[in-house]
Amino acid sequence: MSTPKTLYDKIWNDHLVSENEDGTSIIYIDRHLVHEVTSPQAFEGLKIANRSVRKPNFTLATADHNIPTTNRDEGISDPESKLQVDTLEENCKEHGITFLSMSDKRQGIVHIIGPEQGFTQPGMTIVCGDSHTSTHGAFGALAWGIGTSEVEHVLATQTLVQTKAKNMQINIQGELPLGVTAKDIVLKIIQTIGTAGGTGYVIEYTGDAIKSLTMEGRMTVCNMSIEAGARAGLISPDEKTIEYLKGRPFSPAENEYQSASDYWLSLASDEGAAYDKTVNIDASDIIPQVTWGTSPEDVVSIDGLVPNPDDESDETKKKSMIRALEYMGLVPNTPLKEVKVDKVFIGSCTNGRIEDLRAASKIAKDRKVADHVNAIVVPGSGLVKQQAEEEGLDKIFIESGFEWREPGCSMCLAMNADKLKPQERCASTSNRNFEGRQGRGGRTHLMSPAMAAAAAINGKLSDSREI
Amino acid sequence: MEKFKKIESNAIPLPMVNVDTDMIIPKQFLKTIKRTGLGKNLFYELRYDEKDAPIDSFVLNQDKYKDSQILITGKNFGCGSSREHAPWSILDYGIKCIIASSFADIFYNNCFKNGILPIKLDESEVNKLQKAAENSLSFTIDLENQKISYFDKNINHEVSFELDKAKKTSLLEGLDDIGLTLAKVNHISDFENKQKSRTPWLYSQQIK
Repeated sequence: MSTPKTLYDKIWNDHLVSENEDGTSIIYIDRHLVHEVTSPQAFEGLKIANRSVRKPNFTLATADHNIPTTNRDEGISDPESKLQVDTLEENCKEHGITFLSMSDKRQGIVHIIGPEQGFTQPGMTIVCGDSHTSTHGAFGALAWGIGTSEVEHVLATQTLVQTKAKNMQINIQGELPLGVTAKDIVLKIIQTIGTAGGTGYVIEYTGDAIKSLTMEGRMTVCNMSIEAGARAGLISPDEKTIEYLKGRPFSPAENEYQSASDYWLSLASDEGAAYDKTVNIDASDIIPQVTWGTSPEDVVSIDGLVPNPDDESDETKKKSMIRALEYMGLVPNTPLKEVKVDKVFIGSCTNGRIEDLRAASKIAKDRKVADHVNAIVVPGSGLVKQQAEEEGLDKIFIESGFEWREPGCSMCLAMNADKLKPQERCASTSNRNFEGRQGRGGRTHLMSPAMAAAAAINGKLSDSREI
Repeated sequence: MEKFKKIESNAIPLPMVNVDTDMIIPKQFLKTIKRTGLGKNLFYELRYDEKDAPIDSFVLNQDKYKDSQILITGKNFGCGSSREHAPWSILDYGIKCIIASSFADIFYNNCFKNGILPIKLDESEVNKLQKAAENSLSFTIDLENQKISYFDKNINHEVSFELDKAKKTSLLEGLDDIGLTLAKVNHISDFENKQKSRTPWLYSQQIK
């Protein structure tokens, strides 16, 4: 019998084009997602070198980072943003790449539309010039973010030159308590291993608590692998994966679905496969999590206090804590539940899917957003928006006082008009609480959709289970 | 890509940990469709106040570091977004070598695609170099021999560093990665044929 292999080992082996003498390998890339911010220089590079796109039909493009979430009929008013989006459209036309434009109802955040369209499938290698490409790992696809030079490399060759990463297993044992979500799991993971904990590794998430998650929840966990330092996160495919992909536009046709499914299931990590590192976390210990600082590892439980730098013995850490607290305008030992918020953002590739909007709407239903709070809901795609409207979620949000927007990345990175003003504090379902991420001087607290909705209602950070 | 040559320069000390790519180059500068011109906005929010005036206390605004080609910084440098605008802005500013105890994966990789040398050293070693940088000593970065050297009080200090062979060659020779891969295009075609028979649905799936 051959040595037991991990899911990562299997996908790697199945995509090995050749091994170079210097220890690197050429890896085949099955699917390439492209967006407007990280691609123009890649297409320009192709043009300069007189190269073409090797597999236009393995490539899917959309505009998501730069586009407005209001008044779509008026187009993009910012000339620079408009130029970038127009440039992508022209490049796609020139190279025969499918482009889902702002007026297409399938348009949305690349990491939402890939799975939604069945473009993302188990066992694939998927890349995109975007660090949250790790999201697609929820399907058991090896998916990772790349820079623009590599975008160009993939366009020209449909391959990348890579060095194999190490295997890390993060095992979430046991059952998740009621009202605790995938976002809380991944925040807990980042707190546990730190933002550089996964550097050099591909993380595979295992255990009952992971298996019990829906595909949406699994995407939330894999999405933030990069916040734990890992370029890719993976979950072994199972019946839920197969069920989710059935009948989607780019999924295998009916006559091929059985053989595809058999192959997908065969990719799951073998019993006894060796990991270079294993981390165990008990699901029953997790309660709703929020970030207090300016790094995604600055995580506390909602019933906790703002940490005190005096309790930190490591001088460098202490210094960065002091800086973070000052930036965040927080006083040590303040109960998190006393921290008032000004804005609430529900959306992003982390939490902009239908299940996320359902969870937030449950909290919002028959309640009002606090007077001092401005809250927005930005669906992850046109199809998520449509589905939510069919379920009446838009009405619940609007009646409650939330704004109901058009799909895009929006306030997750604030490249469009949706941003925080200096010192504004935001309860956000996105993935990064870096200084300035949601607008210069803006203060971000990361949390789940239910928790963000609870913060909107109470006007301060709150435990969604107590509403 | 330009070949990496020996560097002689003082070094900018930036003793911060987890410097993310949002901090290196904020989102408002990602709207460009060019690779060049980003240097003036490197570390924008640390470097300029809300009225765009330089913040004197920030290290990049100090005259003595104006022409530095080396940055010495804290662990997990370049974490966060995959934006290659981060190394582009660093290179455009004139920095060709970054020294830290660790780098985030995507950023580390992006550096080599742009002729920037990221050097990983033990934290204690980085701290020593930080001190030397604060005193504005001149460093020599010799990639060929994988050595950093500097004179402090007439004593020559030498620090060796490790680097993957492929990455070293790529920098020294300024290689065109895509050209090298395309030279193996037969392997790619062979792979595609093999894959097509093994997992045919990957090829029958059509984008409508």
